[in-house]
Amino acid sequence: MPIQTHRSEDGRTLTIKIEGRFDFSTHQAFRDAYEHGDENVTAFVVDLSDTTYLDSSALGMLLLLRDYAGGDSAKIRIENCNNDVRRILSISNFEQLFAIR
Amino acid sequence: MDDSLSENRPLRILIADDSDSDRLILKTLLRRLGHEVEDARNGEDAVEIFRHSGADIVLLDALMPVMDGMEAARHIKALAGERLVPLIFLTSLSDADALARCLEAGGDDFLPKPYNRTIIEAKINAFNRMRLMHRTLSEHRDLIRDRNRQLLEEQDVAKRVFDNIAHTGCLNATNIRYHASPMSIFNGDILFACPRPAGGMQILVGDFTGHGLPAAIGAMPVAEIFYGMTSKGFSGSDVLREINQKLGRILPTGMFCCAAMIQADFHLNQLQIWNGGLPDGVLVKRDGILESIASRHLPLGVLGAARFDAGMEIFRTEPGDTLLMMTDGVMEAENRHGDMYGEDRLKRSLDDAGNAGSPFDAVMAGIHAFTGKRPEQDDVTLLSLEMVEEAELEGVSDGLSQSALEGPAEWHCVYEIQDRSLGQFSPLPLLLHICMEVPGLRRKSGEIYTLLSELYTNALEHGVLGLSSDWKATPDGFGRYYAERERRLRSVSGHFIRFSLTHTMTGRGGQLTIVCEDSGSGFDYRSDAAAGNNSGYSGRGLMLLRKLGHSLSFRENGTRTEIIYDWHFSEVAAREGGTNT
Repeated sequence: MPIQTHRSEDGRTLTIKIEGRFDFSTHQAFRDAYEHGDENVTAFVVDLSDTTYLDSSALGMLLLLRDYAGGDSAKIRIENCNNDVRRILSISNFEQLFAIR
Repeated sequence: MDDSLSENRPLRILIADDSDSDRLILKTLLRRLGHEVEDARNGEDAVEIFRHSGADIVLLDALMPVMDGMEAARHIKALAGERLVPLIFLTSLSDADALARCLEAGGDDFLPKPYNRTIIEAKINAFNRMRLMHRTLSEHRDLIRDRNRQLLEEQDVAKRVFDNIAHTGCLNATNIRYHASPMSIFNGDILFACPRPAGGMQILVGDFTGHGLPAAIGAMPVAEIFYGMTSKGFSGSDVLREINQKLGRILPTGMFCCAAMIQADFHLNQLQIWNGGLPDGVLVKRDGILESIASRHLPLGVLGAARFDAGMEIFRTEPGDTLLMMTDGVMEAENRHGDMYGEDRLKRSLDDAGNAGSPFDAVMAGIHAFTGKRPEQDDVTLLSLEMVEEAELEGVSDGLSQSALEGPAEWHCVYEIQDRSLGQFSPLPLLLHICMEVPGLRRKSGEIYTLLSELYTNALEHGVLGLSSDWKATPDGFGRYYAERERRLRSVSGHFIRFSLTHTMTGRGGQLTIVCEDSGSGFDYRSDAAAGNNSGYSGRGLMLLRKLGHSLSFRENGTRTEIIYDWHFSEVAAREGGTNT
């Protein structure tokens, strides 16, 4: 599976891990990963350690997640980006919208 | 002297005895055992027969007229040379002195008279075994000697080939001194120096794990890349990235290259150094203070391109400062007791630099006083670079040879993808591959890929498929957009997307122009969504194109998009910490 999810022990943080390319082909799986209607989840982690590439449609999907999680009050961390992915995120000024580590 | 190796063939035995009856008895006995026998009446005849026809084994009577057995034995042994021809004395002597003299004359054993058939047979067989063993050993020794000579000759030729690739560059510049054993390439040590077109020089000291042929083969592409890229103006970091990638691809796991890259700028008076796995370098300041240059990186050929750090450290210098860089061979040079030279002794040697004339002389003298070997016997690679006034180095960069390694610099290519292939095949890897043939673009592969990919997505989704970004304004619309994309792709007909790539060199680097045309009816690239003004979930593709490219322009209603992408030889930028990220 290119997209995997797991919950933290307290059930409050949902981690979404994307393997390979993060582009339009993953959009349905990515939405399914967070749209499960669980009230307890208050924070999201997008783990990009196995993501090789991300394109502009993936940027749109990250914004979808952000709005779903509460827009400006959303708690979303994007973790473990490789150099290419990090560069695209920073060109798009996404560090103003997400905590990128 | 052609002997078959089989132990069972008849032996050729020469016997010499002045007694006719004894000779006849012995001859008959040996013939019955199946051997070929020649006989002589005295020592002189025996020597003559041996000279003409040789023999496998010789039986000599000790006491004979004309020439006795001992004299004959000496001649026969001399004629036999390296071959083992067992020599057995036939004797009725029982006096120990006489027997000893027989052995001193070259005899191998005695046969007492009267003869005993069983003993004779056993002795002949025993000596034959010894003879054959001796011959096998001699053959193996000769084979090893020949092979070794051949290997050395081949190494010599290989070294000449290598020297043509890894020419001395500017190792003969007045401010460089170095020591490397003549066949150092077969120990896996490399040392290259090349002037930079903009002034200054670049030096690479390296040490491959392992030695012999594999190390020498690994060194070839390193030399090519180093000289090719340095002479075109690429920075140390660029060259390191390229070498690291190359070695990562060609070396088996477990084999890598410890190295240091040194970029010397005599105008700014600074050194930029990258040390990956070599012993600490030493910067000997004019006033004698030592500054260590530690290894901060993994060796070349270990990490993938994404994790490889080619950042170089900057050291401010003054004319008169000297940099020493060395391979493990210096630290591990052993004396008779197996102690190693090591860092402390190196420092002590350098304390004496004032008396020795220079840090380089001090260290060389220190090593050889410690090991007791002559310089040409060691596997030490030591480099010393003195910082000097730029004017002193006039003419170093003359005759900078342009390497044939250059990637394509001036080219144009058009690639058009049509109809059904639009939905089934991505042209991006192929187009990226074409661009990656240019060394200067290789570092930028991520950016180039993004440019190609966003251009293609735009042309396909907005141009060919006529999808509107407006749909992406809501989460559900986002899903609908991609479902519709899927549906329309299946029935594409009469469409194309055409990429035209052009690359030219500029004074400071190169320029890649990408034109992407499609057969659609255009799209509204001036709209809010396209402008990427952070409304909705779309429009970031064009924003990426704008930010990554040098210029972006749309023609023909948005069906023709042109991006110009400039890249530069990395400038020596002290203010950027010497790295280009």
